[in-house]
Amino acid sequence: MQEFLQQMVNGLSLGAIYALIALGYTMVYGIIMLINFAHGDILMVGAYIGFFSVVVLGTNIFVAMAIAMIACAVLGVVIEKVAYRPLRNSTRIAALITAIGVSFFLEYTTIFFLTPNQRVYPAEAFPVTNYDVMGITLSSKDIFVFISAVVLMVILQYIIKRTKTGKAMRAVSLDKEAAMLMGISVDKTISITFAIGSALAAAAGVMIGVYYNSINPLMGIIPGLKAFVAAVLGGIGIIPGAMVGGFLMGILETLVSGYGSSLYRDAVAFGVLIIILLIKPTGLFGKNTGEKV
Amino acid sequence: MQKTQHFKPVQFIIEVGILVVIFTLVQYLISAGLLNQYYQINLASICINIILAVSLNLINGFTGQLSLGHAGFMAVGAYASVIMTTYMELPFIVGIIAACLAAALAGFIIGVPTLRLRGDYLAIATLGFGEIIRVVLQNIDYVNGPAGIMGISKLSTWPWLFGSVVITILVIVNLVNSSYGRAIISVREDEVAAELMGVNTTKYKVLAFVVGAMFAGLAGALYAHYFYIIKPETFNFMKSFDILVMVVLGGLGSTTGAIIAAIFITVLTAALQSFPAIRMILYAVILVTVMIYRPQGLMGNRELGRRTFGRLWGDKK
Repeated sequence: MQEFLQQMVNGLSLGAIYALIALGYTMVYGIIMLINFAHGDILMVGAYIGFFSVVVLGTNIFVAMAIAMIACAVLGVVIEKVAYRPLRNSTRIAALITAIGVSFFLEYTTIFFLTPNQRVYPAEAFPVTNYDVMGITLSSKDIFVFISAVVLMVILQYIIKRTKTGKAMRAVSLDKEAAMLMGISVDKTISITFAIGSALAAAAGVMIGVYYNSINPLMGIIPGLKAFVAAVLGGIGIIPGAMVGGFLMGILETLVSGYGSSLYRDAVAFGVLIIILLIKPTGLFGKNTGEKV
Repeated sequence: MQKTQHFKPVQFIIEVGILVVIFTLVQYLISAGLLNQYYQINLASICINIILAVSLNLINGFTGQLSLGHAGFMAVGAYASVIMTTYMELPFIVGIIAACLAAALAGFIIGVPTLRLRGDYLAIATLGFGEIIRVVLQNIDYVNGPAGIMGISKLSTWPWLFGSVVITILVIVNLVNSSYGRAIISVREDEVAAELMGVNTTKYKVLAFVVGAMFAGLAGALYAHYFYIIKPETFNFMKSFDILVMVVLGGLGSTTGAIIAAIFITVLTAALQSFPAIRMILYAVILVTVMIYRPQGLMGNRELGRRTFGRLWGDKK
């Protein structure tokens, strides 16, 4: 039982990270129907910016996270303007390929300038202390990751549900033409969506740096792919779905690697995804929209 | 689209003649030692990539079903053929047939449930299956898990490579131009309309998927027996993306486009071999630029072929 609770603690921290990344995927998909394959690489860039602001500027981890989030928000907007906007009216597969291109570009530009080597996140940036709560080890890392993720999700919920910008985002994702006719600037709203999604990814990147201690230019691929699976699990385009999907994914993954073989971890993630897709293709929270002819 | 083509013996002889000349020329260059190892490896890569691109084009381009798991079928073919030739010491042809059958079976098993899904969901499901194939191979001790199989004898010679490319192109071009091909294209153009016209859409989607997977298996067998070593890691989703890039660059639904793009990408990869980071950056920039300025790919859905060349030698039609 104690071991199970310990696994749940680990699963919740991992799940919080996945949920943050999945939110970015789901928001972008909800608004422009694009699988943003570069999302995991924005996470990587965020982790590097966090790393350098700790090492070079000597900031603490919260300031580093804020800097990374702002920088990646700008990066996300630039990517959208340069690469995705010209393709908004072309086929889905062309946009998908462009996203793959952007992903390669971010990965290998980082490799070119910063070498493909691993970098160790400085220990002094975040002193680790372990607390013993009823026989379960709670690391300050777990607490940091979980609490910052939850705070960010609450802020996101507030933006989407209570502000005018959030209302515009919901309107654009529902019906782009109608939103335009109501005087909403679609371009601006899409830019804001990319900014928010990329900022969340950057926060997740810094968290991964703190959680796993090391970062490298290709670190974004696997978390990105899994978070994407999480977004689909919850129903892509649906924000609460991404959160639930992320947590489910994290818990499932720690349980499988804790009790089964860690080598099968990735296969189980995809296996569950396929079962969900076959039984309920729109994901756990998805509404079944009939096809219009 | 195309008018019924009557059999023209002169044209047929010319076409076969061109193939024979290309084959003999390269065979002569190899046996005379005029083509060094570097060019030979690239030639083999070009052949393998053409098979992969043309077969994926059948699924993604002609049937319109976005599949991101092509490397998985390649892995199935590679492992099946290596088990036949290296483990059981059977001749290469048995390995190739086993590779095609195993990959086609995998395509059938994966295709039947997933092809009910559409668009993005299908892409994710095939990506997932591709990764599952890789992870399962990593966990089978019989094929050495993540370390892979080494010391495979080099059986993919030029006649095998050339012959496989010709057969792949012939089968797929004829399939697309047959009544089956019309049904397959109708699924791409409008699935609901095709269904209403009485086309069994599931049947044709699975058919295209199985044929595509089968040729991916063939490419896998040739790959394994050219590069001595296979590892599950080789067949990860980055490999599937590589093939997808060729198909899209060439133009979805153009076989000649897929061939040209496969050659172009392979040559580009080889030319920039010593600058791996720059190669990938350039690759990314090309990808994004082509998509923005020519999203239908280099060829769109046109073909270079009898009609184009026919016009060149003054054939009025």
